[in-house]
Amino acid sequence: MPGVEGFMYPNEIELQWSVLIVLYPFLTGLVAGAFILASLERVFRVQAVKPTYRLALLTALSFLLVAPLPLQLHLGHPERSYEMYLTPHTSSAMAMFGFVYLWYLMAVLVLEIWLDYRRDIVVMSQSATGWKRWVYRAMTLGSSNISERALAIDERAGYLITVIGIPSAFLLHGYVGFIFGSIKANPWWSTPLMPVVFLFSAMVSGIATVMLLYMLMTWVRGHTLDMACVDTVARYLFYTFIIDFSLEMLDLIHRIYESDESFRSLDFMVHTKLYLSHIVVQIVLGTVAPIALLALTQVLELTEMDRKRIYVLAGCLTLIGIFAMRWNVVIGGQLFSKSFLGYTTYKMGMATREGLLMAMVLTVLPFVILGVLVKLLPPWPEQDSSLLHGTTPAH
Amino acid sequence: MNITRRHMLLLLPAAAIAWKHVLAGTPESSPNYTMSRHWWSMLIDVPKCIGCGNCVRACQSENDVPDGYFRTWVERYHVSGYDIENPHVDSPDGGKQGFPPALEEGGKNFFVPKLCNHCVDSPCTQVCPVGATFVSPDGVVLIDKKYCLGCRYCVQACPYGCRFINPRTATAEKCTLCYHRITKGLTTACCENCPTGARQLADLKNPKDPIHEFLKTHSVHVLKPHMATGAKVFYNELDGSVR
Amino acid sequence: MNVFKDAGHLFRLAAVFLVGTLAFLGMRVFLVPKSFGQYGHYRGDAMAEIAARPVNFAGHQACEGCHADVLEKKKGGRHARVNCEACHGPLAKHADDPSVQPVKLDTAVLCVGCHEENAAKPKSFPQVASADHSTGLACDTCHQPHSPAITAGGAK
Repeated sequence: MPGVEGFMYPNEIELQWSVLIVLYPFLTGLVAGAFILASLERVFRVQAVKPTYRLALLTALSFLLVAPLPLQLHLGHPERSYEMYLTPHTSSAMAMFGFVYLWYLMAVLVLEIWLDYRRDIVVMSQSATGWKRWVYRAMTLGSSNISERALAIDERAGYLITVIGIPSAFLLHGYVGFIFGSIKANPWWSTPLMPVVFLFSAMVSGIATVMLLYMLMTWVRGHTLDMACVDTVARYLFYTFIIDFSLEMLDLIHRIYESDESFRSLDFMVHTKLYLSHIVVQIVLGTVAPIALLALTQVLELTEMDRKRIYVLAGCLTLIGIFAMRWNVVIGGQLFSKSFLGYTTYKMGMATREGLLMAMVLTVLPFVILGVLVKLLPPWPEQDSSLLHGTTPAH
Repeated sequence: MNITRRHMLLLLPAAAIAWKHVLAGTPESSPNYTMSRHWWSMLIDVPKCIGCGNCVRACQSENDVPDGYFRTWVERYHVSGYDIENPHVDSPDGGKQGFPPALEEGGKNFFVPKLCNHCVDSPCTQVCPVGATFVSPDGVVLIDKKYCLGCRYCVQACPYGCRFINPRTATAEKCTLCYHRITKGLTTACCENCPTGARQLADLKNPKDPIHEFLKTHSVHVLKPHMATGAKVFYNELDGSVR
Repeated sequence: MNVFKDAGHLFRLAAVFLVGTLAFLGMRVFLVPKSFGQYGHYRGDAMAEIAARPVNFAGHQACEGCHADVLEKKKGGRHARVNCEACHGPLAKHADDPSVQPVKLDTAVLCVGCHEENAAKPKSFPQVASADHSTGLACDTCHQPHSPAITAGGAK
């Protein structure tokens, strides 16, 4: 059989979950990570990262809005997906998706964004023109109260939402790790570490994304970068990465040491079919290199220019590495036979419903949405946002 | 005994009436079937399997299984010497057209038919997000084609690789233990067509079923017992090398 | 009362959420299939739907109803326990309407499916290397399929 080496159960030859299912945890990971970064300021009072607060929230929202799309495109019957809301099977981690998603979207993210932006929304509902005026007016829910007392209540409520939001973000992405980690049939996936590894790699990718976006947008706007902010964000990225790397190494060492019935087959797979994506891209380029680069910035006294360059490089490598990690988990878990006697090949389509082109579109889409959100709800301080003064913005 | 015309005249109407029940195709017309009276399983007698592939072809014919996908299949094992951890296994087109002559000489060679094990603690049922796959009250794991989303989680969760996605319906599919036959007093298509009796349907709730005696007097196994799925397909004399 | 005035927007928001939740619960009553939950977390009607599929193989009892002479011939032979459709294929249509002719079998290709020699077949199972054994002749030249043993007086 073409593409098959050794023996596979006949129904195992074709992969079930495609690159879209690789993309989904990547996207929700970015959501969780960006939100955790935002919560650093709101709950843990890390003032230095304040400039990224609103951007992190909008980034999280952009990715969250796109997140269900790869799932819908992958389903055999997307028109039946509402069944997860009607009759969720409580023993299934996947059944949680509908409710956790809705909770996180409405009760956490949208609510927090609304509360933080409410003053600006009310102002803009009075100063904006054309269709935008109606959008803002709808967002006010008919209330134009921006007295000090009201804003203080918003501040308090926002704090509480963020506090609830942190475990909610953990749940939003952690359950995806549990979806894989709870499958006893698949030894590549089945480990209690899976949700934790997913979470920490999510935080790493989210922090890296917000850091890169902040640096990029500041540069595009022609402003000076708040180095104290970026240095702090990079430091958190570094710490989180160390934890993430330790967890992945723990899993690896444990597997090698115990060497159970699946080990020989998985080991062979990592050294052959997954060599490029796992050893080269995920571990060397995507984890060791960024950690080393970030370590340099912590240990050495480098100039601002050097640090910026390192942050950009480390950030980009990080994102590639975390995507590779999702790929290795999802695709890797389907490349070997459950008989441990063979391997198959992933034949990724190009312009098909679950193909590469679709994955690329879905990766770009959140940035397009972010562009719209940034125009509608400017994350930057007032003097920069001309919308607040009723004129069209100049970018 | 010679069949005379008189005998035929007597037998035909009875056969016709019985047949009507079989063909009618609705459970109401099998008034004698009560779900709670049955607990279905299957017995596979490994030394009897000759790898003819009759069962695979019969299943495909009875259940309209698309080519390239298998509700049941047969594997051939070759074990050389004492190395039971490294058997050589093949299953050309699921064994549907039988097996070509073996390439390796010597060693231990045998066939193992496989199908859904209709597990009591079925992991595929556990992970279905909407309740489209379930264990029926008579012990058969079934799929509700009208409710299935095609998310493929159940396919990932099955340790035995017995599930697939039917490309025509875009839903999960697998062996139904010929539910449409066993509820009408027939046996499964694979058991009906097995020439050596290697596959036999069994009803664990029927005290007269020969399986009870068989389980008491033979060395019986299930596949992947460490998975603790409560598999109900029992294998007689299953070799340790079987995956 | 000041607190209500300043938190008015929060109450409006709560109202939106409440309306949404109630709407969902209301829709649920209509959208969940009626038989869902009857026996467990699934549509109870599904079992009847699955059981309603028509059969392709009649089962040997249906054949024996009319073809008792063949049953007699098989008795005591090596093929006694081989069911009719194992060789003759699915015959539910024929059992329903005997004028529907079953496919004529060709023993030159049929029998080797089981009886071709293979190292993985049980040693006690009758198997031959057909090229040497029959030198191109169809199996029913010498063997009667319903009772395949060759007796002293010849097959048929």
